[in-house]
Formats: sequence, structure tokens, C-alpha cells
Amino acid sequence: MTQIIYQRSKGLKDVETHYCPGCHHGIIHKLIAEVLVEMDLLDTAVGVSPVGCSVLAGNYLDCDFVEAAHGRAPAVATGIKRVLPNHLVFTYQGDGDLASIGAGEIVHATARGEHFTTIFINNAIYGMTGGQMAPTTLLGQKTTTSQSGRDPLLHGRPVRMAEMLSTLDGMAYCERVTAANMPELNKAKRAIKKAFTLQMQGIGHTFVEVLSACPTNWGMSPADASAWVKSTMSQVYPLGVKKDITAEEKP
Amino acid sequence: MQKELWKGNEAIAEAAIRAGCRAYFGYPITPQNEIPEYMSKRMPESGGVFVQAESELAAINMVYGAAAAGARAMTSSSSPGISLMQEGISYLVGSDLPAVIVNMMRGGPGLGTIQPGQADYYQATRSPGHGDGHMPVLAPSGIQEAVDLMWDAFEMADKYLTPVMVVADGMIGQMMEPIVWNRTEPLPEADKPWAANGRDGEGQTHFVSSLRLQSSENEQFVHTLKEKYEEITKNEVRYEAVGCKNADILIAAFGTTARIASTAIRKLEKEGIRAGLFRPITLWPFPYEALKELALQESVKAVLTVEMSLGQMHEDVRLSVLDKKPTPFYGRTGGMVPEPKDIAEKVREVIKEAGK
Amino acid sequence: MKPEVIFNLNRCKGCGLCVSVCPRKILKLDTSVTNIKGYHPSVISDQSQCIACGSCARVCPDSVITVLKHEEDT
Repeated sequence: MTQIIYQRSKGLKDVETHYCPGCHHGIIHKLIAEVLVEMDLLDTAVGVSPVGCSVLAGNYLDCDFVEAAHGRAPAVATGIKRVLPNHLVFTYQGDGDLASIGAGEIVHATARGEHFTTIFINNAIYGMTGGQMAPTTLLGQKTTTSQSGRDPLLHGRPVRMAEMLSTLDGMAYCERVTAANMPELNKAKRAIKKAFTLQMQGIGHTFVEVLSACPTNWGMSPADASAWVKSTMSQVYPLGVKKDITAEEKP
Repeated sequence: MQKELWKGNEAIAEAAIRAGCRAYFGYPITPQNEIPEYMSKRMPESGGVFVQAESELAAINMVYGAAAAGARAMTSSSSPGISLMQEGISYLVGSDLPAVIVNMMRGGPGLGTIQPGQADYYQATRSPGHGDGHMPVLAPSGIQEAVDLMWDAFEMADKYLTPVMVVADGMIGQMMEPIVWNRTEPLPEADKPWAANGRDGEGQTHFVSSLRLQSSENEQFVHTLKEKYEEITKNEVRYEAVGCKNADILIAAFGTTARIASTAIRKLEKEGIRAGLFRPITLWPFPYEALKELALQESVKAVLTVEMSLGQMHEDVRLSVLDKKPTPFYGRTGGMVPEPKDIAEKVREVIKEAGK
Repeated sequence: MKPEVIFNLNRCKGCGLCVSVCPRKILKLDTSVTNIKGYHPSVISDQSQCIACGSCARVCPDSVITVLKHEEDT
């Protein structure tokens, strides 16, 4: 008898991704795919892809997708979820998309408590355009538009979206996770599953921020980049549950 | 049929619902606020969706999402808000999505005024947002026509998979007129096999997107748009020509300005001047051929364009007439509305000039 | 119990994340091989040391790895 410990998720299309070696997008896509399969939602789910490296997410995940303009995924997802209230709807947005150009849209979608889930990929840099500074870039971090390192006097300071959005009453569940090592990867999957589960209960907005590595634009090996997420990024962006109204209800 | 007195903006909202629109997303801006206000009450009553968006940018992207999911969706705004929507409109074009956008135009540029304007003509007819694209633009000159055109707008959106814009202004939006509900039945649900509302029976996914990374593929797509636009141009050109046969002069005007021109025309008639009104109802596709034919009549001395702008439709009128007749222009802009006497005076002047 | 780790060799991008998470340190990038994409793919050096934890497969961004556990006939 043969037991399958792990095989490629059926929630992924049988295609190769365009992502760089060691990019966490591939890992996070997998986690979403696995959760969609486990929850039997592949047939009905609708994802919204951003502008950025994951613009082609709909080519990789085996569910329906809508490609949004840069930063507008929360508005697009609002439109979808409002007309398809019984479908799982999720956005998949990077940090330039969500924390910069789309900051307004995510704030108001959260404030309205829109019943979709945001998967927010924070890798502290603009990946697709070639490594420019993001709102989430760490102080001192070198990017192509902060070549001497991010200077708080010139460039401002990192934006903590999970904490900021958790102050809004429309946020039902918000957790920051990472896929940078095995225990954290398992937690990340549990967070995505919880967010999707709570979404289907219609209790408010659900949000999972995933600290991710961009080895190419960070100029690190994939293993070093993953280690840096845990050692350095998570100091600025602490992991953990930021808000969970289902937990608060319990005495 | 029973006549009912309706305010323009509310009539447009009610017509959209009766035509089968099931999702409205909008943001307050004068002079169209009665549309979201009315929608906020009536849309939920009729089983539809209303969301007051945080901006016009968000509103048009909500429309994009709802349309991508297969719903009949619309938004409304006024000039500055429509500028913000250009991004989303371009994405609707680039993704072949049906939607209706109402623009109650006001005087610009910038914040301008809330008074009537027609200076968004170029924006509406030349290119919705960036890239190669067009969208049908319908311009009612009264509330009855606005109501009737809402059915046509949604019908065209579904038929050609395109955003459709309905343009009017605060005059039409704010005034009341008696109307009859010529059409009462909602449009049939269009078959939307492309909609992102879940995988199909064979497990095939839908991916609504305007991204085509290969330039050759993108060029091919733009050529399919061109074919669509040729089809629309062939089938959907609409205009009204009143008293244009053997007229001394044609007045080309749309929307509110056409109404005012009608009053001027009646005034001129008493003086023995036969002025015909040529009123495009589709600003895009523009009725070039029809106007050309009427302008080339021997009796016609000139084609006067009257607009609430510095002369935007004027360009299309000139493209129709091609210097074969004089094409003078009279306009007020920035929120000022021309008066019948001013138009009449301009006509007298043009006739006098032509008689020399 | 006999674990088996199978690589879809030509999909491997040689990122080495599997190598970094393997608790038995039995994975490596095979520099003697270049796959169709131009990368040195990951290989298992000693199958007998594998404990079938599946970490390598779970972390692989490109879903290159399948981990099986064959029950031996008794």
C-alpha cells in the first residue's frame, strides 16, 4: 500500500509559473490551492489578481479569476461578492498594489466589512517593476529607488497594514503569517483556511498578510531570503493574529 | 398610456432598474446625486445591489467586478468623477465587459461649476481612458428619451460587450417632465459564458483580464475591438432630423442644447428662416453620413454647430461636411447655457454672411 | 515503511528551498545536471535516510516534489 505524503495540489493548473526561483508566490498559491480543494470551493471561488508579479495568478490557480487594475482589487472584489454573495471571493495583492496605490480601496472595503478575503503578499519591495521601494520597505533597505537604503526623513517609514486595518470595525479576522519556514508555513495555511471559513460565515472582512521573500530583487539566495523574512522582516512586521472577533466573543 | 411626472435623475435610475440593472455603484457628485439616492432605496427593493463607493475610482472598479461576475451593472457621475473613472472604463473596454455609465456633465475644466456643460464630448467620444477604444455614447435631450435610452444602453452593452455611456447634464437631471413608460419589461438575461462566476460544467475556469503580454496577441485583440466598432457603427447610429429637408440652414446640437435650439428655430420660422435641427443621439458612433447628406442639399447655406463647449462636436460636424458648406460655431461654456435669442441671432448672422 | 521522493526534474528552478528545509539534510542541487530550464535540479542523495516528512514538497514553490510512503508487505 502506498500512502501519499504530498503531491501537487489539484487546485493548481498543470502549468509552470513565471515566478523567479525561490519566490514565495508559488508557495502561497499552493496553500490557497490546497485550502480551496479541502473546502471543496474550486468550482465556485472567484479570485481577484492584482497588478504586479502575481497578475497571472488566474493562470495558475484552478478557479475563476478577474484581473483588477493596480490597487483596485478590493473594489473589484466588492463588486463580485455583492452580486455573488454565496461564492468565496478573495483578492491576492502585493504590497505596492495594496499598501500604496490601493490603500484607499482596502481601507474602505475593510471598513464596509466586505465579505471577501484579502491575501496580502508583503515582500517589502516592488517585484515586477524591478525592485523599487514599497511603502513596506524596511528602514535602511536598499532598493532601486532608495539606493542608499530607505531613509525615514526622505522616504517615510514602513506601513503596517495588518495592524492599521485591524483598527477598523469591519475587520473580522486579521493575521500576519509567513511561509518562510515549515512551522510558519503550516500556520499560514491554517490562517488562510480560517479566513475563508469565516468569510463563508459572513461575519466581516478577513485578511491574511503573508510576509514573503523576493530573492531576486533582494539580491539574496532563496534560503537566505527566507531566513531574512523570519529574522529581520518579522521584527518590523510581527507575526500573529491581529484581530479575531470570533475569539473575542468567547469569555 | 398613463403619463407620469418624473425628475430626470430619478427617472434614469428607475428606468435602469426596470430595464434589468441589478447592481449600482456610485459616489455623490452634483448634479447627479438623485441617482445614487434613488438607487440606494429602490435597488435593494428590486433585489439588486447598491454600494456607495469611497470614490469614483472604486465605483467604476466595483462595476468592473460585478460585470465580470456576470451582473448587469452601472454607475453614474458627473464630469470630474468621470475623469476618475477613465481607468476603469479602459479596463472594461480591454476586458470586453458590458456596463452602463451615466455622465451628468457639468462645466469644467477642473472642479469647474455644477451648471450644465457638454465639454466632455471629446473625453466620451474619442477614447474611453487609455488605449485604442470606443464606447457607444447616447445623448438624450429630454427625460422621456433618457428613460427609453436606458433600455437601449443596457441592450447595446450586452450585445456588443462594451461599456455604454449616457450623457446629459444637470438641466435634464434636475428638471421634471411628463413621461410614459414605453418599455416595462426588463431585458432578457444575456448568456455570459465568459463570466467569472464559477467554473463551468467541464471544470474550465474563466479569467477576465485585459492583460495580453504578447504584443501580437494584444494587437489582434484591438483588431477585434475594431470589428466590434464597425458593427456598432453599422447598426447603432441614431439621430433626429427636424425640418432639415430644404432648410436654409442646419443647426447641429445635442442634448440640452438641441432643446434650446428648437426654441430658436421656432422663433426664426416666424421670420421666414427655415432652420433645421440635426440632433445626434449617438455621439459615438456619430451620424456622419446622415448629416453630410442633409448638409449637401442645395438649399442649405451653412451648418451651425451649437454646443456648451468651445466646440467639440463641431469637429465631427466638420468631418461630416468636409468644407463643402460653411460650418460656423456658436457655444457657451464653463457652465453657461446658450439662450434661444443668442442662437437665433447667430443664425441670422450666418445667413446674412452666406447671402453675400 | 519505505519513503520515496519523486522530482519533476524539468520543472525544478533550482531554488534550493527544499534543501534548506530537509531535516535529514539529504537533498542537494545536482550541479552535474542541467535541466531543460537551465537549472541544477534538486535530487535526493540518500533515499534510505528519508523520513517522509514531506517538508521539501510542501515548501517547493513549483510543486516539483511528490513524497510517497510505501508500506512494506509483511
